[in-house]
Amino acid sequence: MNMIVCVKQIMDPEIPASVFKIDPEAKRAILPNNMKLVVSDYDKNAVEAALKLKEIHGGKITIVSLGSQSAIEAIRECIAMGADEGILLSDPLFDESNLYCTASALAQAIKKIGDFDLIFCGREEGDWDGGQVGSGIANFLSIPVATVVGKVQLKNGKVEVERVVADGCEIIELPIPALLTISSEIGTPRYPTVRRIMAARSKQLITWNAQDINIDPSTSRIKMLELFLAPKKEARCEFVEGETLEEAGTKLALKLGQAKLI
Amino acid sequence: MPEYKGVLICGELFDGSLASITLELLGIGRKLADDLGQDLSIVFIGSEIGDVAKQVIPYGADKVYLIDNPLFKDYQTDSHTRALHSLCKQVMPEIVLLGHTSVGRDLAPSLAYTLDTGVTLDCISLCIDQDTKLMRQIKPVYGGKALATYVCEKTRPQIATVRARLMPAPERGDTGKGKVIPFESGLDASMLRVRVLGKIREEVVGIKLEDARVVVCGGRGIGSTEGFSLLKELAKLLGGAVGATRPACDAGWVSTYCQIGLTGKIIAPDVYIGIALSGASQHQTGMSASKNIIAINKDPEAEIFKIAHYGVVGDYKKVLPPFVEKCKEFISSEP
Repeated sequence: MNMIVCVKQIMDPEIPASVFKIDPEAKRAILPNNMKLVVSDYDKNAVEAALKLKEIHGGKITIVSLGSQSAIEAIRECIAMGADEGILLSDPLFDESNLYCTASALAQAIKKIGDFDLIFCGREEGDWDGGQVGSGIANFLSIPVATVVGKVQLKNGKVEVERVVADGCEIIELPIPALLTISSEIGTPRYPTVRRIMAARSKQLITWNAQDINIDPSTSRIKMLELFLAPKKEARCEFVEGETLEEAGTKLALKLGQAKLI
Repeated sequence: MPEYKGVLICGELFDGSLASITLELLGIGRKLADDLGQDLSIVFIGSEIGDVAKQVIPYGADKVYLIDNPLFKDYQTDSHTRALHSLCKQVMPEIVLLGHTSVGRDLAPSLAYTLDTGVTLDCISLCIDQDTKLMRQIKPVYGGKALATYVCEKTRPQIATVRARLMPAPERGDTGKGKVIPFESGLDASMLRVRVLGKIREEVVGIKLEDARVVVCGGRGIGSTEGFSLLKELAKLLGGAVGATRPACDAGWVSTYCQIGLTGKIIAPDVYIGIALSGASQHQTGMSASKNIIAINKDPEAEIFKIAHYGVVGDYKKVLPPFVEKCKEFISSEP
């Protein structure tokens, strides 16, 4: 079982709104000092999905990431979780906010890797919240896709998945090769062991640029015109207090009753 | 560029009736079509859906395309993408709108990439630029902390999914003069790579989260499945539903279908009670349209207090039981 997982390194999405700043000219968020970059949440779930299959069926997991040199750290983190190989797609001409080009570059890299059975992506990236790169890659590779997957099993040479939908889940069978975009229902991503972290540090990684994968980085379908901070919704909170917290609870109920909210 | 014209909505049915998002899209689509001076069409893909045309025409669609075939009984990426792809090739719409639903978020990117055009998911505002006549698409990014405006300049159609509950559905008109057009997708079963083996529907106990007037929502600070039982009791008491943040769902304390936020459900209840949750932007995305927001949290600096109307700073384990007791008194004293 040859598996490829596409991951993205992003600014920690849990950064509080109060310190979140953007550069409207560059149309980017500004990374605050001392704020670390992380592997996008759902991409970690995607790595976890591949690792679960590897535990049962064996095989090899290759991590592919498009980003700047710093994304090497993201790849190493995934290798420390249990992946085997890593490829960084890096080129000064790549624009990670250009989702069409990102999908196309990842697809080209996967073609260059050549041998694959399953490709995993996170259901959406935690910075642009685009939610289209996985479907894009599948289309470029002409393979079927299932999105927002919460469970993956191999059965009789096919892959059976549970796709999480608003009112339940759909059970879908896909031929192999296929691409799956993974949601957090797959389970909490495992922590790397110290031994694996050490091993991942010395792992040789491959870097490919736009030319290596034969891609024109300027190709896009969507243009971002502007980026601006979301208008802050502010209400004036009436804090209800009491001698004790129990009393505060009672008083809160009284308030809501008087306001006819309950 | 060949001539692309009109706005096409991809309609959805829920238990045989028009989904509320589809009605909302008819309102949004009408405005865009009028601003372009073009027609508004809608397509339904399904099996035995002949009745739907009658339901939808009074809401202002000029044309209703029906792709009606047992092949489309269940939603499936492959079949629906191909059907919609054929229709787009023939009808050549300028704009295609889908709801940002389980179907739309899957179908829209698949359709866009097979048509080799651009797509923007989860838009909260769409309008026609007066000069360029392009559709300006505004969507939240960075978990809702920022907004970005996009356009699809060179390729057609311009495709977007639209977030639910942005605006009320349009009024039902008395007469509709929309035309019903059956469309043959040219698809047969042998062309499909993927099979839907089944669907498991979540058992809804009590009222549906999206329809609830009161939502009692818990976060990471609830700490356990047991913690949520008190929230459930309160929700039941108030005739509401229980919601949760993504961390609480991921921890397994409560069903994943309770998730409210960017990758969960979008709600707008009269009363929202947020308990032991910080109010991260990803969660606020799903609940900030609530009319009255009440928050209980240990941390006075929690973001949720900035959008709350009433708040108590303190451990929910101490605050909530007397709160629930008092609510009981209120409710039992009502005639």
